[in-house]
Amino acid sequence: MARAVTNQRKAINTAAAWIIGLLIFFPILWTILTSFKSEAQAIADPPIFLFFDWTTENYSTVMERSNYARFLWNSIFIAGGSTILGLIIAVPAAWSMAFVPSRRTKDILLWMLSTKMLPAVGVLYPIYLLFIQFGLLDNVYGLTFVLMLINLPIIVWMLYTYFREIPGEILEAARMDGAGLREEIFFVLTPMALPGIASTLLLNFILAWNEAFWTLNLTAAKAAPLTAFIASYSSPEGLFYAKLSAASTMAIAPILILGWFSQKQLVRGLTFGAVK
Amino acid sequence: MATKASRSAARVMMAPAVVLLLGWMLVPLIMTLWFSFRTYLPLRGGDQGWTGFDNYVRFVTSSSFWPAISTTLVLLIGVLAITIICGVLLAILLDQPMWGQGAVRILVIAPFFVMPTVSALVWKNMFMDPTNGLLAHLWRFFGADSVSWLSDVPMLSLIMIVSWQWLPFATLILLTAIQSLDGEQMEAAEMDGASVLSRFFYIALPHLSRAITIVILIQTIFLLAIFAEIFVTTGGAFGTRTLSYLIFQRVLESQNIGLGSAGGVYAIILANIVAIFLMRIVGKNLD
Repeated sequence: MARAVTNQRKAINTAAAWIIGLLIFFPILWTILTSFKSEAQAIADPPIFLFFDWTTENYSTVMERSNYARFLWNSIFIAGGSTILGLIIAVPAAWSMAFVPSRRTKDILLWMLSTKMLPAVGVLYPIYLLFIQFGLLDNVYGLTFVLMLINLPIIVWMLYTYFREIPGEILEAARMDGAGLREEIFFVLTPMALPGIASTLLLNFILAWNEAFWTLNLTAAKAAPLTAFIASYSSPEGLFYAKLSAASTMAIAPILILGWFSQKQLVRGLTFGAVK
Repeated sequence: MATKASRSAARVMMAPAVVLLLGWMLVPLIMTLWFSFRTYLPLRGGDQGWTGFDNYVRFVTSSSFWPAISTTLVLLIGVLAITIICGVLLAILLDQPMWGQGAVRILVIAPFFVMPTVSALVWKNMFMDPTNGLLAHLWRFFGADSVSWLSDVPMLSLIMIVSWQWLPFATLILLTAIQSLDGEQMEAAEMDGASVLSRFFYIALPHLSRAITIVILIQTIFLLAIFAEIFVTTGGAFGTRTLSYLIFQRVLESQNIGLGSAGGVYAIILANIVAIFLMRIVGKNLD
């Protein structure tokens, strides 16, 4: 039962929450605002908050100067490719663990999770060496494969927690009606599992998009995604605040929007179903 | 009931994921173990044979080992303290009735979706720069001398940046946990005259303890591996070299593979100790 709350108390809550929320969001807001300033106004003293001459020239400069489109494409390819590949491998695995559990299912799930705990830096050189051996250094396919492996445990886990919520009786009913394994998957399970699969896709796309250990260490110029492109602004271009902001805004905007849709999945996906 | 046929089908369906992850785990792990027992300097003579536990001893006796450990711990504890304390308070605030709750939540969660290189670079240049950074403007406005954040107080700066990234995660999970708290129990306690503080310490906090444990464990695993934020802001200078950054430098910058691999084995062991506790909680939830 909801308690009766006075409007006064609600107003205080609202004010406090909005002030803190805006404070936390401020660095992002400031980056977006700065991206529309001229370089001179970006470092004006005192700083100009809203009343500057809005311009989009930084965006066109960044796009012209740095072959931005290629970095963007690499990000999309690597994040999208690794997520889809991961789903193709994980859906059957999660399906079988959810619907045909055996005594070892729990151990297998926990073991998969444990591979996620392996610190990347501990296996940096072996992977680096293997990449050189197979000519995969600075190659989008190699990076896609590695990111797929990194996120595979999370994909399997998320799908498993979603699939487990599908009532098993429905599958039994379908089997009674003579549905084979293939019909079961395509006509019964898939429609019911689609929301879960979509959430998994969304969260893992975000995680892969933002991954910044392997993308920084295994790429140079050709296969570098946006994470590495932004890191190249470290210095001295980083002193051009307006351009840095424009590049940053373009790198984070798509994910911010996708992220807002995936709040709920974030909790489930990153706590491996331990908090729902 | 699962039939025999569906059992073998299940095994086939699981195989690709299991085989891939097994390979991903074992192949690099065995290679790291192998290298850790060898003198291996790709740029200075290549693989020079077995050295036993030399690399392990040298890694922990080098002058950069203990500073790296303390940096790692300071970063870990600092970020955990800030994100958990602020996260609990923020989650309780966000759980209160208010106008525009959904919108505030979006504002609070946003930093989590910013890629690490962007947040590090934006903080480094646009906020912490000693002349043009926003914090410098703010300090000057109040008549104080501006601070060279990343060189004068590098650890504090790093903790601020990383906490900003992880506070949303802690808040979101704690908020989810708080929302499952029984409202009637709170109400009953309030009617019985329990103060706000005692309601917090005797009802809310115990209810949150599991979620807090999970946040601590998951963040620890990610924080031990933090890389891009250091790479972009200080490059490991000014005493910000954590254990994983030290290993990275040994392996890729000074190309001492044997030594770096021994460090890697230490890092793997450390992460596994944390992981065991996390898996125990997650595993309990599976039954």
